[in-house]
Amino acid sequence: MADFETPEVKEYLEIPALKQGVMSHSKPFVSKEQFQEPLGFPGELVENWQQVAVDKLGELLKTNRGLRVFMDSCVKCGACTDKCHYFLGTSDPRNMPVARQDLLRGVYRRYHTLPGKLFPKLVGAMDLTEEVLDQWYSYFHQCSECRRCSVYCPYGIDTAEVTMATRDIMNAVGKGQKYSNEIIGKAFKIGNNLGLPEHALADTLEGLEEEVKEDTGVDVRYPLDEKGAEVLLVTPSADFFAEPHVDGLIGYGKVFHQAGISWTLSSHASEAANFGVFIGSMENMKRIAMRIREAALDLGVKRIVFGECGHAWRVAYSFLNTLAGPFDFLDPRYPVPQHICEVTYDLIQRGALTLDKSANDHRRVTFHDSCNVARASRMGDIPGGQFVIPREIIKAVCNHYYDMAPDTIGEATYCCGGGGGLLTDDLMELRVKGALPRMQALREVTEENGVTHLAAICAICKSQFSKVLPYYGFQMDQIVSVHQLVSDAIVMAPRQ
Amino acid sequence: MPIEVNGKTYETDEEGYLANLNDWNEDLAKAMAEADGTTLDENHWEVINFLREYYEEYQIAPAVRVLTKAIGKKLGADKGNSKYLYELFPYGPAKQACKYAGLPKPTGCV
Repeated sequence: MADFETPEVKEYLEIPALKQGVMSHSKPFVSKEQFQEPLGFPGELVENWQQVAVDKLGELLKTNRGLRVFMDSCVKCGACTDKCHYFLGTSDPRNMPVARQDLLRGVYRRYHTLPGKLFPKLVGAMDLTEEVLDQWYSYFHQCSECRRCSVYCPYGIDTAEVTMATRDIMNAVGKGQKYSNEIIGKAFKIGNNLGLPEHALADTLEGLEEEVKEDTGVDVRYPLDEKGAEVLLVTPSADFFAEPHVDGLIGYGKVFHQAGISWTLSSHASEAANFGVFIGSMENMKRIAMRIREAALDLGVKRIVFGECGHAWRVAYSFLNTLAGPFDFLDPRYPVPQHICEVTYDLIQRGALTLDKSANDHRRVTFHDSCNVARASRMGDIPGGQFVIPREIIKAVCNHYYDMAPDTIGEATYCCGGGGGLLTDDLMELRVKGALPRMQALREVTEENGVTHLAAICAICKSQFSKVLPYYGFQMDQIVSVHQLVSDAIVMAPRQ
Repeated sequence: MPIEVNGKTYETDEEGYLANLNDWNEDLAKAMAEADGTTLDENHWEVINFLREYYEEYQIAPAVRVLTKAIGKKLGADKGNSKYLYELFPYGPAKQACKYAGLPKPTGCV
């Protein structure tokens, strides 16, 4: 299947010799009318697309003042050039964040600045030609909106915002990406990204209850649409469907059970993910987020808790109140919304869970910080809580924990290679190559500390690693959910 | 890219998944597998047939735990796990087996 070479993991991560245009062929499948329409986008490239694109950019510059600052303030210092996992993995200089951004910046200068209108050649302004649109489509689908480069930018230019804006413009002219747009349509129509209908979800959850009963002898519930529950759990639909995700879901259920917290899932909001953020579409983001509010009100819950999903937590933590608030009907004693890791960490701190660490003695674990959790959110009430809390949970349930190299974790974490709407088979070459920096860091702790498992709190990271680990000589099941580790260590007792 | 079997042409999507579920027949599944260098044996067929039955009832492919449980019941407990399913369908049971069964590809973060 693979018609590309997996990058070689060397002793150190090298800044590659440049190979101009080597990834210009990489393009995801273009969306079709049936996937465009439900999102409010034209079904195919509109006739006057140049004008529509220029106008849309103008509109975004007005509504998003940050975007104009990001367009104006780059001084080409080069600090971002070697920070992108896609550049490091592909060697294509267009994947240097500044170079990718310049594909939009040049067009911005040409149509929205005076010098660019008068003397385009002098200021690096660029006509919006079909070739440029083609480059947009290719390279703005080689950015996972992970924002690692932004950490190192002295001006704080947020590359993800530039990518989102460009994808928004491309959707406005009718050149959308099939993967993300088909999925958003399913979230609207069926309630989740997978397209898992209510009766299939109910059947799946029933199966999990049986499985946990067989394993532990305890009746742990995985309830759906139960009115009056205290907690609404909103989790990625991959948690119902795939491995290792489902083992995390089993873990959430066990935690709620042992803590005596009543909870429910919702068939209306059976998805935490919000791909609206990936395509930079505020309208779609809002529509997806509203499902959660509607479900919370309908079920009469007191708290909303999010499962292990990276970008969902970004949207939840940073935007949920703006998109779907106010949440004044929820219990003000708890964070709105709350992360499942916060819930579990809190319970561990209070001694409310009995944990047998030795259950994980066959694992030596490291933690992969997911980009959206690391650089776009927080957990708990201390700065950097999003780094501390998941690690403290792992250490409370495992005897062997080792961090990867410091410049590859925390706010400097590398993307898994599949984030930002790129977790699709038509981008496999990009995904494999973009995983290089993470695989390099994993190799190091494997060799030095005998690490056997990589734990994560993001559905995309988990699926991406299951797929790319084998390309680098690892096993697909070396990726685990954090709550899978909790699930294995938690001592279950029948409730009195 | 349409696929041709026994002189009939069937519509597929960009990745070779059948466009119309009702077009499916056994020869079509065999042809799709052959194109990937796989010969379908009775174990493959157990999975494919289960996928089709499940889809008919639920309009979605089964979740991995639903599938492993069902296969474990049919083929023996030692085969009721995803390791076995990956041996049968190296590109992933959810995706490769769905394709041969004529189901749409599962979408989302999977």
